[in-house]
Amino acid sequence: MASLRSKDLLGIAQLSVEEIELILNTADALKQVAERPVKKVPALRGKTAINLFVEPSTRTRSSFELAEKRLSADILNFAASTSSLTKGESLMDTARNLESMAPDFIVIRHSAAGAPHLLSRVCRSSVINAGDGMHEHPTQALLDALTVREKKKRIEGLKIAIIGDIAHSRVARSGTLLFHKMGADVWVCGPPTLVPWEYHRLGAKITYGIDEALRGADVVMMLRIQHERQNEAFLPSTREYFNLYGLTRERMRLAKPDAIIMHPGPMNRGVEIESEVADGPASVILEQVSNGVAARMAVLYLLSGGAGLKPEKLRR
Amino acid sequence: MHLIIRQGRIVDPTQRMNRIADLGIEEGRVVEIAGRIRTRGRTEIDARGLIVAPGFVDMHVHLREPGREDAETIESGTRAAARGGFTGVACMPNTQPVNDCRAVTAFILERAREVSRIHVYPVGAITKGSRGETLAEIGEMYRAGIVAVSDDGHPVQNSQVMRRALEYTRIFDLPVIDHCEDKDLAAGGCMNEGYYSTLLGMRGINPAAEEVQVVRDTILARQTGARLHIAHLSTRGSLEAVTRAKKAGIAVTCEVTPHHLFLTDADVAGFDTNTKVNPPLRSQEDVQALLKGLASGKIDVLATDHAPHTLEDKMQEFDRAPFGIAGLETAVSLVMDRLVGKGIISLERMVQLFSVNPCRILRLADKGTLKPGSWGDVTFIDPELKVEVRSAEFLSRSRNTPFEGWRLQGGPVRTVVRGKTVWSL
Repeated sequence: MASLRSKDLLGIAQLSVEEIELILNTADALKQVAERPVKKVPALRGKTAINLFVEPSTRTRSSFELAEKRLSADILNFAASTSSLTKGESLMDTARNLESMAPDFIVIRHSAAGAPHLLSRVCRSSVINAGDGMHEHPTQALLDALTVREKKKRIEGLKIAIIGDIAHSRVARSGTLLFHKMGADVWVCGPPTLVPWEYHRLGAKITYGIDEALRGADVVMMLRIQHERQNEAFLPSTREYFNLYGLTRERMRLAKPDAIIMHPGPMNRGVEIESEVADGPASVILEQVSNGVAARMAVLYLLSGGAGLKPEKLRR
Repeated sequence: MHLIIRQGRIVDPTQRMNRIADLGIEEGRVVEIAGRIRTRGRTEIDARGLIVAPGFVDMHVHLREPGREDAETIESGTRAAARGGFTGVACMPNTQPVNDCRAVTAFILERAREVSRIHVYPVGAITKGSRGETLAEIGEMYRAGIVAVSDDGHPVQNSQVMRRALEYTRIFDLPVIDHCEDKDLAAGGCMNEGYYSTLLGMRGINPAAEEVQVVRDTILARQTGARLHIAHLSTRGSLEAVTRAKKAGIAVTCEVTPHHLFLTDADVAGFDTNTKVNPPLRSQEDVQALLKGLASGKIDVLATDHAPHTLEDKMQEFDRAPFGIAGLETAVSLVMDRLVGKGIISLERMVQLFSVNPCRILRLADKGTLKPGSWGDVTFIDPELKVEVRSAEFLSRSRNTPFEGWRLQGGPVRTVVRGKTVWSL
């Protein structure tokens, strides 16, 4: 496999194992760009990327922006607050207008599930899903996979525990789909009010007890409680939540001694994770951030028609 | 004789009739059915090869007028209905303003007299403004011509209010049509809660949101002795509840829509807002239960819940788009192809579901039958007709169909109301 089948990256659901591996291998190769004094390659010179962030984002937006810049693409940023979407323009019209500017990529973050799919139907450019509602966040799953592979040298056979607000998390969904496809033993854990009962059909084992999730885990991924997406009371209090599901040093002893701790951010210290654990030696949270740039560079590069990257080609 | 329909296959369960015969209509009423009518009619219709049935009535339609004439009007909606093979439609009260008083009912009937060639039967609101608080002036609306009451789309949440509605409608023997949905359980969902909502990350509407209201209503109907009709029943659990209630002698009937029979929540996976409907498209398991219920007679009525929406309203993010599917112009072909054609139900059963039972439930006198003396409302169906669903050809003002491009066999070819052809292919 030397390229991606689709012009868009809408979700992990549409990717094959080979495509995921291609992206991860490409990301590995591109990662070294960040280690150079001049952190730029000309791969996307003359190409335009539009970053359409209809839902607020800091981490993902800057990560995409940096990835685009390091590949020498021209960039146009639209934020929700400054775009005509606040003036009553429909998403479809916004998309058509942007499309008329002939961009090569539209990176979209939106609060509605399926918004990138809607765009992809009217746009010739490559649509990249940077998070759609509670649906998918494929580049996050890819950067998580990149991080796991880097630390554990493999994904297959690992026990990966995803703990927290599963119901409202696109990270959990994309992660479950990806790690399941790659042959990991995926567990999701949280209170039953925040774990959809059909989640097992996505390939995850479900548990409502954090100890069971942590026992023998190689990777522990913590998620925050997404109060902004909750339209009712799923939990009695955050204090009770921390007592039941918070990640503490004592609890981490149940995991494998060399287990790593991940978090897609933003992190709520003292709610889902103790500070000591978040900042401890097992934490790879900051490496996830740097891997995010590489994973997104790989996606942009491959969608622009770049074939599988040979690392030597990047060396000058 | 004014009209003689020659040699069609007359399918009329009220006369246990399924045979080729002539049918004569005079002064708008059926006067004779015979193997051969000797006299000549002023107008004659050659119905060889066609099914001739008592006029189909869609008892669940949104005509949008007054208020949203950009999506549908009484004129366009009734033209669409005639093209779909319907001689009458019952229109739901969630217009702007809501049909919760005599003036709105009178307006709808007045407009219908001016622009509609088929019958329009207004359904009044249960509560003022369909706000679920106090009873609307049901008696006044009854005098103006409503055939049922419903707060469709804004179902009555307060059980005491529902109880009072069921008690009060007994004065007029009006059925109470309930769109069963517990709004708290539905919790802002936009598709069925299950595997696909989990996969697509969309808020789900739990089947229980419908089922608890169905059960509540049947309990209240038993206490009050009122007539209850469950609109667009969509889950296995709801059907079980209705079946239990019927066995207990409660006066409850129910309808299902074609889209709940031929689509599932798996069809939502492309985020096409034309699959967004309330109640939502359910699981395969629910669909199987509904199909069984249709075949065994547990379901009384087929109705479309025709809910036209403009393109602008539908071309939005899935969770923002309004619920609803335009159903009038596809229903009969879908049922002919997917149910009759596949042997799931008989022709007689189809006529019961589309004509006999809705007319009985709405107490439409001398309709839903072709017995001599009844109104000459007739639906003609060609069982061999090749149909391809093309929304561009709809007579409805709206195009929101999930069946675009479907190829079907069988469909309406002529619609006659009181002896006059109001539409033909």
